[in-house]
Amino acid sequence: MIKVNNISKSFNNQLVLNDVTVSFESGKTNLIIGRSGSGKTVLLKSIVGLHEIDSGEILYDDIKFNELDFTARKEIRKEIGMLFQGSALFDSLTVEQNVMFPLGMFTSKSPEEKIDRVNFCLKRVNIINANHLFPAELSGGMKKRVAIARAISLNPRYLFCDEPNSGLDPITAILIDELIKELTEEYSMTTIVNTHDMNSVMKIGEKIVFISDGVKCWEGSKEEILDSDCELLNEFVFANALAKQLRSSTGSQITSRP
Amino acid sequence: MFRFLKQLGCYFILLRKVLSRPEKPVIYYKQTMKEMVYLGLNSVGIITIISFFMGAVITLQTAYNTENPIYPAYLIGLGCRDSIILEFSSTISALILAGKVGSNIASEIGTMRVTEQIDALEIMGVNSASYLILPKLIATLVFFPFLTIISINVGILGGWLSGTLAGVVTSEDFIYGIQYAFIPYYITYSLIKTLFFAFIITSVSAFQGYYVYGGSLEVGQASTRAVVFSSVLILLFNVILTQLLLS
Repeated sequence: MIKVNNISKSFNNQLVLNDVTVSFESGKTNLIIGRSGSGKTVLLKSIVGLHEIDSGEILYDDIKFNELDFTARKEIRKEIGMLFQGSALFDSLTVEQNVMFPLGMFTSKSPEEKIDRVNFCLKRVNIINANHLFPAELSGGMKKRVAIARAISLNPRYLFCDEPNSGLDPITAILIDELIKELTEEYSMTTIVNTHDMNSVMKIGEKIVFISDGVKCWEGSKEEILDSDCELLNEFVFANALAKQLRSSTGSQITSRP
Repeated sequence: MFRFLKQLGCYFILLRKVLSRPEKPVIYYKQTMKEMVYLGLNSVGIITIISFFMGAVITLQTAYNTENPIYPAYLIGLGCRDSIILEFSSTISALILAGKVGSNIASEIGTMRVTEQIDALEIMGVNSASYLILPKLIATLVFFPFLTIISINVGILGGWLSGTLAGVVTSEDFIYGIQYAFIPYYITYSLIKTLFFAFIITSVSAFQGYYVYGGSLEVGQASTRAVVFSSVLILLFNVILTQLLLS
């Protein structure tokens, strides 16, 4: 379990996260939702230690992550996989080398074992016959899947995804969401996904945290989200025309499909 | 002033991270070999061309400025040799390399920063500064002295060819001149300067790239800053090292 207690973060005297307290449940897909610029990415990057927080604490299974030095953090980071918004694949390496990178850096497996693991991970994300392609030769969806393969290559306990389906068409976005959910269940990972896509929320969200202007406004399940009395959340959830239409035609009786 | 001190502090913090113990020496070794090809071997062409023409021009200019018969003809070879060894092969080559290698390093690392590739390394638990910069630093420190030696040889060859083909000096006089009163320490001096310049080019350019925030525009600006700062520091250290090593 990952717990975040009263964390605040500011950039150039501008408060971006304000006293956020939230816990992310083990073996579940936890979602952080909110408008662009609400502080979702800063929260995610603070949790993984890419941003140093101003105050508060971050606990990985009761270990105070924010108080650890680089060497001690390294041990926890080996158990973290992260999917970045722009995939962040290494441009100069092929697909195979990208997925193999963490294995080469942190394991003493033989070259054959590494190749087997790479092929397993790539097959798991449905990337076939692309081992020798460079990231520039891949489509957006393929890049995301390769990034997921790289993230799971070391069997992480925690998976972080920053806007995993941004820039993807709706069908590919659904495939990526499904893949994240399947992998979370398969490896019993604690997954935290940053998104502003309501399709993802209804599809994969098990625990949802809503953030607005750096403040946590609401948390609950996807079943509760539609009947929330949080005005900001309702504005966000029913922002698109289709949702508004459905809401006006059915009142608050919109329920998510299983 | 405060900003300068802050930048200086960040530079030394980065250097400390760069010079920390590598996670997996085998991977660093492979990276260093790759960087030797990218940053060193791929610079042989431009260094050869520039040194050849530099030597040629130095010889012709020395010849036209020493037309008085009281100056012996071998002075042309001697002047060419000393100019190339003492100044041109180390300092001018370093300025050229600051443009070629420095901008390459800053833009490569800067692009990795803005596309979150450096964040990805950090998340994996890799010391990104050391992984990205240390191999480049070792590669340039090892390879640039060879470039200086190539530059010296090609420069003198260019001087000899231009001098003899233009008829301003005979081959015998030129060769006598380049052997006359030769001080081997000058080569050591040139190589010591090259090591300092290699360190400046790599570390300053890497620093500019590593701390880029923004997008492609900022990467371009960082690349320009890398070349400008490296060049100014090379000229500054040229003066300091000359005073220290030759006085």
